[in-house]
Amino acid sequence: MNSNQPTDSQAGDAVIEVRDAHYSVGGRKIFDGLNITARRGRITAFMGPSGTGKTTLLRLITGQVVAESGSVKVWGDEVSRMSSQELFALRRRMGMLFQNGALLTDEDVYENVAFPLRAHTRLPESLVRQLVLTKLHAVGLRGAARLTPAELSGGMARRVALARAIVMDPDILIYDEPFVGLDPISMGVICRLIKQMNEALGITSIVVSHDVQELSSIAHDSFLLSGGKVVASGTPEELSRSALPEVKQFMGGLDDGPVPFHYPAPDYAADLLGESP
Amino acid sequence: MSARSEGARARDSLPVVWIRRVGAMSLFFAQVMARLIPAFGKPGLIVRQIYNAGARSLVIVMLSGLFVGMVLGLLGFDTLQRFGSEDSLGVLAALGMLKVLGPVLTALLFAGRAGTSLTSEIGLMKSTEQLTAMQMMAVDPLRHVVAPRFLGGVIAMPLLAATFSVIGLFGAQLIGVQQMGVDVGAFWSQTQEAVDLRDVTEGIVKSLVFGVACSLIAVYEGYQSEPTPEGVGLATTRTVVTSSVMVLLLNYLLTAAFLVKN
Repeated sequence: MNSNQPTDSQAGDAVIEVRDAHYSVGGRKIFDGLNITARRGRITAFMGPSGTGKTTLLRLITGQVVAESGSVKVWGDEVSRMSSQELFALRRRMGMLFQNGALLTDEDVYENVAFPLRAHTRLPESLVRQLVLTKLHAVGLRGAARLTPAELSGGMARRVALARAIVMDPDILIYDEPFVGLDPISMGVICRLIKQMNEALGITSIVVSHDVQELSSIAHDSFLLSGGKVVASGTPEELSRSALPEVKQFMGGLDDGPVPFHYPAPDYAADLLGESP
Repeated sequence: MSARSEGARARDSLPVVWIRRVGAMSLFFAQVMARLIPAFGKPGLIVRQIYNAGARSLVIVMLSGLFVGMVLGLLGFDTLQRFGSEDSLGVLAALGMLKVLGPVLTALLFAGRAGTSLTSEIGLMKSTEQLTAMQMMAVDPLRHVVAPRFLGGVIAMPLLAATFSVIGLFGAQLIGVQQMGVDVGAFWSQTQEAVDLRDVTEGIVKSLVFGVACSLIAVYEGYQSEPTPEGVGLATTRTVVTSSVMVLLLNYLLTAAFLVKN
């Protein structure tokens, strides 16, 4: 068993269930019978090479796009059948960390974190202040409350976005490529925070990334996506022991394999000697 | 959207593209209108947008109004003195400013200054996923981002047009009275006698309509822009072109409507 594996009491019901989902963009199939399950209180990682639809999967789960066929359920409710109001009610129970933070550029750090509170509650300003400072303290940026997003480094922006994502105390926290473009220190901080949020608050966490090392240190369950399907699933250790070529290439960082190094092209010699395109 | 429908859209003729665009804009307008009253729940957002669209355009509007008024004073004096009626310069300047030049030129300046700013701001918010982040926080971007900006533009536009007209009239007086020697008493008394409430109303109605058109086009183009640097740039260009054409077209229609009414 993985050291990250939660105890039986933690491992609960399925929170997110995707069954036989099909989805395509511009005629290109993104998902071709996708099946995944994320369980309550666990950190579930969706991994895969660039362009395999990891971010699109998050958009399916959050109802930003709808699958052409198949089923996407969150807490047992079909996302595609939800009205706008039901979808907004669902999203109030979710927090999402975007790749670039997606902070509101015309507001400072404090106002960014306070934004969901002001939008959805009528709490007195003193309580809003307490909540915002508490969340900023949790991500180590209480002292940066009055900085603007332009004054933050990439790692700091990601942490502010995380504070904003947890300010409404969500049940599900979704991380879209949380490690992209970060230095090792910031990466370590984000890793620790993801684990901390999961353990301290019991939040179900969904992490989309292609950083194998980082994910292996925090994820309870992993799904490897390729060719519009899940090609392997299990704990990160199980994936690293897999003999499947797709898994071996991805986990080992091999430059050629089922995902070819070369984009499909005509014969090299013929191309060089031929007419210019 | 399927590849086939995208391809089919790419082959559509220009009239079809424009009809589709007008339809999409009408739907968008209806969606924004439905969110106007809820938007008043956060008056701070609207005040900020009135400042952005109005106060920040004030200098350029005042300067332009002054220069246009000065040209009107020069050309008006030159023309009127041929008929010995240079004392009517005030009437010419006031009616010209209130009924046409004020609303139209202010709207064109508004489209270039505030309209492009609105489009690029919303377009950049879209390309940096700020609008998606709002949706993920269960916040409606149409209500929180678009409606206050639209309202800010609609409220700011008549105020800017009034400022333009007043400064323009002052510019015409500056040239006509101070430089060309028109009698100051005749300038103002004839103006007071000739200009009535209907003329002022025409100017206000025009500037309001232009404010709605320019603000709607600006927020629509920003909201529908492709989330790429090129897409935002194209959307900004479309805002200026569409707003300018629309203002000139609406000006003709409104002028004709007021002439028939009066």
